[in-house]
Amino acid sequence: MSMLKWFDDRYPLTKVWNEHLAQYYAPKNFNFWYFMGSLGMLVLVNQILTGVWLAMMYKPDASLAFGSVEYIMRDVDWGWLIRYLHSTGASAFFIVIYLHMFRGLLYGSYRKPRELLWIIGVVIYIVMMATAFMGYLLPWGQMSYWGAQVIINLFSAVPVVGEELGVWIRGDYVVSDATLNRFFALHFLLPFLLAGIVFVHIVALHKVGSNNPDGVEIKKGPKGNRWSETAPADGIPFHPYYSVKDIAGIAGFLFLFAAAVFFAPEMGGYFLEHPNFEPANPLKTPEHIAPVWYFTPFYAILRAVPSFAGSAFPGVVAMGAAIVLIFFLPWLDRSPVKSIRYKGTLFKVWLAIFVVSFILLGWLGVQPATPVLTLLAQVCTFLYFAFFLLMPIYSKMDKTKPVPERVTK
Amino acid sequence: MKKLIVALLLALVPLLVVASGGVHLDDADIDVGDQGSLQRGAKYFVNYCLSCHSAKFQRFNRTARDLGLTEDEVKENLMFTTDKIGDPMNIAMDPENANSWFGVTPPDLSVISRARGVDWIYTYLRSFYLDESRPFGVNNMVFPDVGMPHVLWNLQGTRKAVFTEHEGQKVFQRFEQVTPGSMSSEEFDSAMRDLTAFLSYVAEPIQLERQRLGVRVLLFIAVFFVLAYLLKKEYWKDVH
Repeated sequence: MSMLKWFDDRYPLTKVWNEHLAQYYAPKNFNFWYFMGSLGMLVLVNQILTGVWLAMMYKPDASLAFGSVEYIMRDVDWGWLIRYLHSTGASAFFIVIYLHMFRGLLYGSYRKPRELLWIIGVVIYIVMMATAFMGYLLPWGQMSYWGAQVIINLFSAVPVVGEELGVWIRGDYVVSDATLNRFFALHFLLPFLLAGIVFVHIVALHKVGSNNPDGVEIKKGPKGNRWSETAPADGIPFHPYYSVKDIAGIAGFLFLFAAAVFFAPEMGGYFLEHPNFEPANPLKTPEHIAPVWYFTPFYAILRAVPSFAGSAFPGVVAMGAAIVLIFFLPWLDRSPVKSIRYKGTLFKVWLAIFVVSFILLGWLGVQPATPVLTLLAQVCTFLYFAFFLLMPIYSKMDKTKPVPERVTK
Repeated sequence: MKKLIVALLLALVPLLVVASGGVHLDDADIDVGDQGSLQRGAKYFVNYCLSCHSAKFQRFNRTARDLGLTEDEVKENLMFTTDKIGDPMNIAMDPENANSWFGVTPPDLSVISRARGVDWIYTYLRSFYLDESRPFGVNNMVFPDVGMPHVLWNLQGTRKAVFTEHEGQKVFQRFEQVTPGSMSSEEFDSAMRDLTAFLSYVAEPIQLERQRLGVRVLLFIAVFFVLAYLLKKEYWKDVH
């Protein structure tokens, strides 16, 4: 114990442990959806560890990159496993984070006092997308190359400065060795930035405390539990209760994750796209360019908006707006209650419409554009925006149910 | 809440319906676990493909190990361009020459089956037909105007394609044998199945080991989950 005291006199070791784990009181009624936060951190650590090891063997050079990935797959001891953990991890990261964000929608976790927590979360999501986009170029396959070409061209669609902007991002007039090398540098850097923002996200969470499936503020409820007279009555110490619960959640997640890694690492062309097993060829445009699944809803929105005067800029604006709108959710929701458990039919219907539109947009983003599918994408885009923009109206009109004083089972 | 989940599941239905287009592909029905099939496939590959197409990410000694062959057997039967067992399966042909001969550099085949799919390869290998308008006198049904000659013609013989007119469009009906090959149609299909199996193996040599290891990993995680779940239940006994 004297050793611990030596540290405590010089560093708030016990203090941090207590404030954030052993005496951090979380609502006792967390359900399935509340696993996603810890799983997100697990996958981030997986991505950073496997990524660092891949970087030891990978060559960020246009003439060597594709071959170095195959070298990792064949000649590096356990290289195939490290690579599949990383490529499957990228998709798993987005699955977990999409579910994490949806949890926020279900239980109103973005509402006061958690607006800043939500905003930090959306920043994490955007940095994640940037990281994933740059990482996808690195295998230097056909889809890596042409996907990057298409996305960078979006920046070129910006009026006046667009051309210059595109050249500035690529470091060349087309996606080339210069682009690959800088994307590698940034793909290595961003995850550490991501880890930093995740830390800030957790600091913000522990300031306001977790929401819960009932949307009841346990800090405003009665005080006193078995561990402390001043702690919320509906709170339980994060450690050991949620630490052991999260371990079980992690085991469940790892089962599904390992099933994908060992039995379906390509996931039918969704995790690893088939054309990406052909080396990048700047002279041969693939028939059909589709980004990886986690970007496709936004790609579908981009394509759904008609171009104006030969410029794709309106689509780019719509795509940007689709992401930026998520920031404003805390102020768009005017419902007197937080959780879907006490919201009325109107909100539930709109949430269902949103989810169906988002999933359909994701599907449409991998399909070739036909007139019928474009029309469907336009309808879904309209509904996506309507969900956000009409929320101040329908969330206010909605008939809500009374919220209990205490959390329920 | 339950209705919401049902609605979400229904929304996923279109994702399951995969749009298919183009030519019908035959089911390759390969067995990568069958070493005999892989060995025969390797023999066809080095004899018929490896003079123009490399498999430059695959090493001969890796092939030997995975296919249950000794290094001497591989040296005698499969290695024609090198005598170093650790060398990759390269070709001697100069890419620029190849480009002027065929109009295109024959692609490396290391990961071709992951790019195209095994069904495509199996069907492609069996879909050459006589076409006087092409430089080598043959065309391919799944890869129209392909730059490659029908290198397997002495095995398969030559065939012509029969088309019918349908609303002004040429619709493919069937192939008709013109001259016989050294193999019967069934024998040729079986040989092409072996070759496809080998190409599938070469694209991901670890695939067999990966699944074997996967079973053990899943068993371990399943046991770990049970223990973690019991631990959680024990801790949560007093939370009401």
